[in-house]
Parts: sequence; structure tokens; C-alpha cells
Amino acid sequence: MSNAAAIAAASVAADPGAAAVARIEALRAQAAQARRKATLGYGALLLLCIIVAAWINEVHPRALAAGIPRIGEYFALTVPKLEWAQLFAGPRTEGSLAFWFYRADEWGWLLLQTANMAAMATLAGTLGGFCLAFPAASNLAPRRWIYVAARRMAELCRTVPEIVYALIFVWAFGVGPLAGILAIAIHSVGALGKLFAEVVENADMRPVEGVTAAGGNWFETVRFAVLPQVAPNFLSYAILRFEINVRGASVIGFVGGGGIGQELYHVIAFNYYEEVSAIVAMIILCVATIDLVSEHLRHRLIGTARI
Amino acid sequence: MLEIRNLTRRFAAVTAVEDVSLSIPAGQLVGVIGRSGAGKSTLLRMINRLVDPSSGSIAFEGRDITALAGAALRRWRADCAMIFQQFNLVGRLDVLTNVLVGRLNRRASLSSLLGRFTEAERALAIRTLDRLDLADTALQRAETLSGGQQQRVAIARALMQSPRLILADEPIASLDPRNAKVVMDALRRINREDGLTVLCNLHTLDTAREYCDRIIGMQAGRVVFDGPPAALSGEMARTIYGVGEAEQAALESVTSTALRA
Repeated sequence: MSNAAAIAAASVAADPGAAAVARIEALRAQAAQARRKATLGYGALLLLCIIVAAWINEVHPRALAAGIPRIGEYFALTVPKLEWAQLFAGPRTEGSLAFWFYRADEWGWLLLQTANMAAMATLAGTLGGFCLAFPAASNLAPRRWIYVAARRMAELCRTVPEIVYALIFVWAFGVGPLAGILAIAIHSVGALGKLFAEVVENADMRPVEGVTAAGGNWFETVRFAVLPQVAPNFLSYAILRFEINVRGASVIGFVGGGGIGQELYHVIAFNYYEEVSAIVAMIILCVATIDLVSEHLRHRLIGTARI
Repeated sequence: MLEIRNLTRRFAAVTAVEDVSLSIPAGQLVGVIGRSGAGKSTLLRMINRLVDPSSGSIAFEGRDITALAGAALRRWRADCAMIFQQFNLVGRLDVLTNVLVGRLNRRASLSSLLGRFTEAERALAIRTLDRLDLADTALQRAETLSGGQQQRVAIARALMQSPRLILADEPIASLDPRNAKVVMDALRRINREDGLTVLCNLHTLDTAREYCDRIIGMQAGRVVFDGPPAALSGEMARTIYGVGEAEQAALESVTSTALRA
């Protein structure tokens, strides 16, 4: 009643809005000024940080100018000497594609092993991340200490670089794919655990209330109220992680973790320039194919999830 | 004048709206009643073109609405403001910006995307909020307001569109009786003072009877009643809601949202 009366009274007065406009505009200007001050302050701080960081890391225009041509030189060395006439000749003819990729079968097998490592590691990482995600989500964690423990656990898995884990596992399990898979899997657990937890934190809590009010326990609430909401996003992140892991798996071999990396390290160290370009070309082809396929898959998942 | 001719909308196997023809003169406050799933929402959403008709036509002042596309369609949407059951405000934006969203169609897109509105636009938005007794919430986040306040912000946003027509889809279904009254009073006031046509889906009979000049009853996608509130007999209401006589008596008192002294 009072609202309706106020509306009626307001519309009767000559210019009822003027006072309100002046009042709100003054408040808004005040808030805008405070915001501007903060933006300027933080902007200056950010600029300072960038300058200091560049100085520490010896990012200097002169060094950049001197180094960039040398990148080209290396590329020039790795360019294979192909000849039109012999392009499709056998592997014993110099200047043919087959000569350039003379060990394509071996490298293909190593690439398959690399993709396989990535798949295994992603599978394990997804399972581990899934288990960590729900206790590590602030809206679902049953106890504060469980939340803190799950978060720190994910951080521990994530913050140590894969290469460091790989070094440890190569020492423990010996040279080979097993060490690489374990190293990548542990990193994936940490990365996916955090991403999954953030998806869970953005979930709508009304269904949770609904299931809790019906007498469901924590696991049932997760299973029936949260999982249906987050599953498409989980899958999408897992596939994205697979793409990243394929790249990770192709360098893990540098320290003895199996896959194509070991071979790549070998040819780089011995300056077999043409073989470097051949292997890199195969890796790019393989990674690009996997990226394209998984991106397509991911878009289809998100597409169906939004309806 | 809004002219709807043989309008039909099918969703897969379901026909939500079937062969509806209506003509609504300017300035009327029309209530559309019916059970859930009777096609009320689909009818309103087709007028705004949030849903496209399967067949039939909608014309506003002689212009065919069903054929519009691109900029012309967006312009039409600005002309027929929509009010939703769940308010559909942007919770994380402040109330003032939510209201200014109603202005988007009438200004340059680039300056809107940068969040720059003119002083005159802000003044108009604050005045509109003030008309709905909400000026002091202008700088709060929309999600911090109560349901009744949020719906009034949504009405302010609608008014900022300078619409020719207001489409309200169950505007009071999520509100308590007191807030329902405030919102319905505001809609009636806009209808009377600004002369805007208001088309309002309602699920309670007594609200429709109290506020509307004209009631349209829908059942299973078809219009089964169209007339002034006085002409809506108990028998007709039972047909619309598909209930028996005893049930209907109970229904009217149970679903009543009126405040009785």
C-alpha cells in the first residue's frame, strides 16, 4: 500500500525525479572517482612490475634484435634438401621425401607410444582430479580441513613441473614410458582437480538443497544434484587436458620418460639437422590432428550440454 | 493495434499454440489465463519473436512482425518490452546498468559495449526507477534486491525501451501477495498513464478479474474464451482450468493472491 501511495504521490509532484537524479548521480560520481583512483594506482603498479620483470629476465631490445636472426639460421640448417625430380623416389635416393623421413616407421611407432602415454595419463589424471574436485570445492567440502587438504594436495601435484616428477620416476622405475605416464598423470590430477573444483563451485546450489532436504547424504548429493550439472564441463576439460598432455608427452622423453621425446633429444644433441625437422613435422601433424578431433568432440559436448 | 491471425506453434510432437486469432486495440490491459502448458508463454514469446511461429501471422499497426529479421527484428523487440516470471535481470550488474540495458537498441553499440551512457540516459533511468520507488537501490547489485524489487527493476528496464507494448509473462508468479499487488498496480498505472498496451499472462483468476479490461482464456493451445471479466462465468473458468465445480470453488480461494482486510 505504502509503495503504491508513494508512486502516486511521486507522479503528482511537479518534478519528483530531479532530487533522486541529483542524489544518485552524486553517489555514482563518488564511486566512479574511487574506481578511477584504484585503476590508476594498480595500473602504475602493474607497469612497474613489468619493467622490473623484464630487467630481471634480461629482456632487452638489443638482445632480442641480435638473437632473432639466429633462430632463422637454425631453421635454415634443418631444412631438408629436396629435389623435384627425386621427390617420390625411394628412401635410398637423396632429395626424396622418403629419404628425409627414412625412419618414419620407427618415429610413427614412437608417436603412437607418445599419444598412448598421453591417453593413459589423462585417464588417470581425470580419475584423480574427479576424486579431489568435490572435497576441494568450497561450496561442497564437508569440513574445512578436508577442503584445505584437498586444495593443497591438488597444488602439490600441479606446482612441481612434470619434468621434475619424470626425473624422480625415471630414477625409481627406470627409463621408459611408465615414468612419463606417472609424471604427466600426477600433474594432470593437480590441474584437473583445480579446474573441476571451480566448475563445481559455479554449480547451482538449489538442486543440492533439494536433495539434502530429501534426506540424501553427501555422496548422494554429489551424485544426483551436482554431477549432472558439471559432467559436460568435466568431460570438456578432460579432453582439453588430453591435448595438452600429448604436447607434454612429446618432451617428457628428454629426461628418459619414453615416447618420441627421447629420439628428438638424441637428434638435437647430435645435430642431425634434417632429422630434427622430420620429427618436428611429424609431431606437429600428430598434435594438430588430435587437437582438431578433440576440439570437434568438445564443441559437440558443450553444444548438447547447453540445451 | 496488434493483429494475430491463425497463429500456430509446434514443438516436435506437441502443438503449444493452435490456430489463435486475436486483435488487441491500443491501450488495452489484457490478461491471458489458463493451466500450465496451455500455451500462454509460447503465445507471448512469439509476439516478441523469442519463439518463431510455425504458421500464421502477427501484425502490429499493419506491419508484418513474423517476417522481420536482423536490425528490424531487434527494433521490434525494443518496441514490445518483455517482463519475465524470473525477472531475468543480470544479477552481477548494478540496478542502474540493468535499467540502462533497456536503452541498448536506441544507441550506438560501441559506446554501449564500453559501458558509457550519457548523463541524460542515466537521469532518465534514475527517474524511471524513482517512479517505481526504487531510486535508492540504483547503485546496488541487482541480485541483492528482493523478488518484488527485482521485478520492478525489470519493469523499469521495460519502460526504458519506450515500448509500444508490454508483454508480461507471469510477472507475479514468483512473488508474495503484497509484492504481487505492487507489481500489478505498477503495470496498471503504466497502462493508464502512458497508454501502453499490456498483455499479461496470469495464473490466478482473481488477479485477472481485478486488473484486466479483457480476459483471454486458453486451453491446450486454443483460445476458448475472449471477453470482459464480467462475462467469465464459473462454468467457463472450469472449462479453462479443466476442473469440476467443487474444485473450482476451492481453486479460486486457494490460488487467490488478493490481500483481504
